[in-house]
Amino acid sequence: MAVTSLLPPVGTIRSDLESIVDWVEPGSRVLDVGCGDGELLHALVHRKQVDGRGIELSMDGVRASVARGLAVIQGDADTDLKDYPSDGFDYVILSQTLQATRNPRTVLDHLVRIGRHAIVSVPNFGYWRVRADLVFRGRMPVTDRLGHEWYETPNIHFCTIADMVDLCRDMGVTIERSLILGADDRPVPAPADSFRANWLGVQSVFLLQRG
Amino acid sequence: MTVAFDATSQDPSQAAVSDPAGTVRLGTDQPLELDGGGALTGFRLAYRTYGTLNADRSNAVLVCHALTGDQYVAERHPVTGKPGWWDLMVGPGRPVDTDRFFVICSNVIGGCMGSEGPKEIDAQTGAPWALNFPVITIADMVRAQKALIDHLGIDQLFCVIGGSMGGMQVLQWAVSYPDKVYCCLPIATAARHSAQNIAFHEVGRQAIMADPDWRMGDYLNQGTRPTKGLSVARMAAHITYLSEPALHRKFGRNLQDRKSITFGFDADFQVESYLRYQGISFVERFDANSYLYITRAMDYFDLAVDHGGVLANAFRVKGPDGRLTGTPVKFCVISFSSDWLFPTGESRAVVHALNAVAANVSFVEVETDKGHDSFLLDVPEFYQVARGFIEGNAARRGIAAKVG
Repeated sequence: MAVTSLLPPVGTIRSDLESIVDWVEPGSRVLDVGCGDGELLHALVHRKQVDGRGIELSMDGVRASVARGLAVIQGDADTDLKDYPSDGFDYVILSQTLQATRNPRTVLDHLVRIGRHAIVSVPNFGYWRVRADLVFRGRMPVTDRLGHEWYETPNIHFCTIADMVDLCRDMGVTIERSLILGADDRPVPAPADSFRANWLGVQSVFLLQRG
Repeated sequence: MTVAFDATSQDPSQAAVSDPAGTVRLGTDQPLELDGGGALTGFRLAYRTYGTLNADRSNAVLVCHALTGDQYVAERHPVTGKPGWWDLMVGPGRPVDTDRFFVICSNVIGGCMGSEGPKEIDAQTGAPWALNFPVITIADMVRAQKALIDHLGIDQLFCVIGGSMGGMQVLQWAVSYPDKVYCCLPIATAARHSAQNIAFHEVGRQAIMADPDWRMGDYLNQGTRPTKGLSVARMAAHITYLSEPALHRKFGRNLQDRKSITFGFDADFQVESYLRYQGISFVERFDANSYLYITRAMDYFDLAVDHGGVLANAFRVKGPDGRLTGTPVKFCVISFSSDWLFPTGESRAVVHALNAVAANVSFVEVETDKGHDSFLLDVPEFYQVARGFIEGNAARRGIAAKVG
């Protein structure tokens, strides 16, 4: 029986998303928190055959995701994660969203509770260009990854890679794996807790586990 | 509206399927046990089918109609002559594509378009059932539909879809028969009828019962019809299906065929004239006692009540190892921002319960000012979401884009 795929072919996706796709075990259960229009979830469903779910705050994002055949609900990471059962998923993904939540620590707590693993990517406020903007220009930085003026940014809880490492240690969350992406999304071969990572990393991706 | 079975899967015991205009008598071997006690033996169920059942019988879609709907989902109505009540959703190339799916829609029991209900003749007495018809529930309606699905030789429905009371049946299907439903779309609905909605229904029922022609429900035997009462019930209900902005946009304070107000009680305003028309045209096609029975069924609907008051427990099923696990049914819950009869919060409660059991659920609140009736109207975003969900699941289920 011929089955036509109704979904568009998977194109290129953001490089932090690409590494997330790499890390996820095929056939696992995945919850993508803040899934946008479903780009990552779509890639995971098609390339890793995951059983994928998404939560997205914007209705446009939800509609776009559902219309491409993904299981996505309208919801808010700050308020809705408490409804999810513990260990309901193999991976819970939070991509470029933690800094936009009202209570990042609580959100992180939920991520490692709901998922056996959590995958979190965050922009690095410790990147040298960001520091230079503040030190030499005396201005809040606006970069590719932090692309908003201070008065309109949804990013209300900035942190550096070093801050994330500290928070995880403080919460008893194990960093199983990390990836530092520098300028032009080139990987920076440095451990997450190094000065080098925090200086050269534009963003970082963490594979986390509670305990 | 084609013959439902292709030659390779023809099964003589399923003869009723080849008559898509069927009224089938079910429950002759096994009576339909009712929630309120008692049972219906040899009850009629009127239904229509569209499209062709595929060889592995995996492409069946059950459409559940709302309070005043019927089985004529995608074709001209025999009484009113109007197009099918959901021809934006069901038909060739529509989200529920009749070139791809075998679509079934039956009149609910308690209804008045040929299924067993207060208007039909009680075989025991030879007279219309009237108020001797047993009070039925949404779960009873779904049991009757399940008997039809069994009769049609379908083991699992690909999809169950419906809005409002149809959505209640959809939820009930998923809870009663989780292994018989692959995916479902409960639209503009709730897991229980709210106090406000029960109150509106009570107004409608009181209007009917206050009509002297109702004759304690015995009007069919006495040769009268409570058209005034039923029409007032419809008028009141119709307001709840719309929204203030929609009513204002459509009518404002415009006067009906006159230059100024008349200082009398004629229908001065267009909105009055419109409501009167809605009431009068409704009584042509609907039975007053049916209205009592079906509104009652909605009032009694509360999915959580049989599960310790915890809605999430309604969506737990026994896994192969005997342990409770989340329902395997895939859900797409849809609400409309201006629906004040079944507001988004009701849908969200269903979604929260489904999340609590880690079920596969999508949820969209469609932005529109058209009120509860949005699911029947031209709201493109709604159909776009429904199409995406249905096509995504059909591809996963391996259902060909066209039967044949």
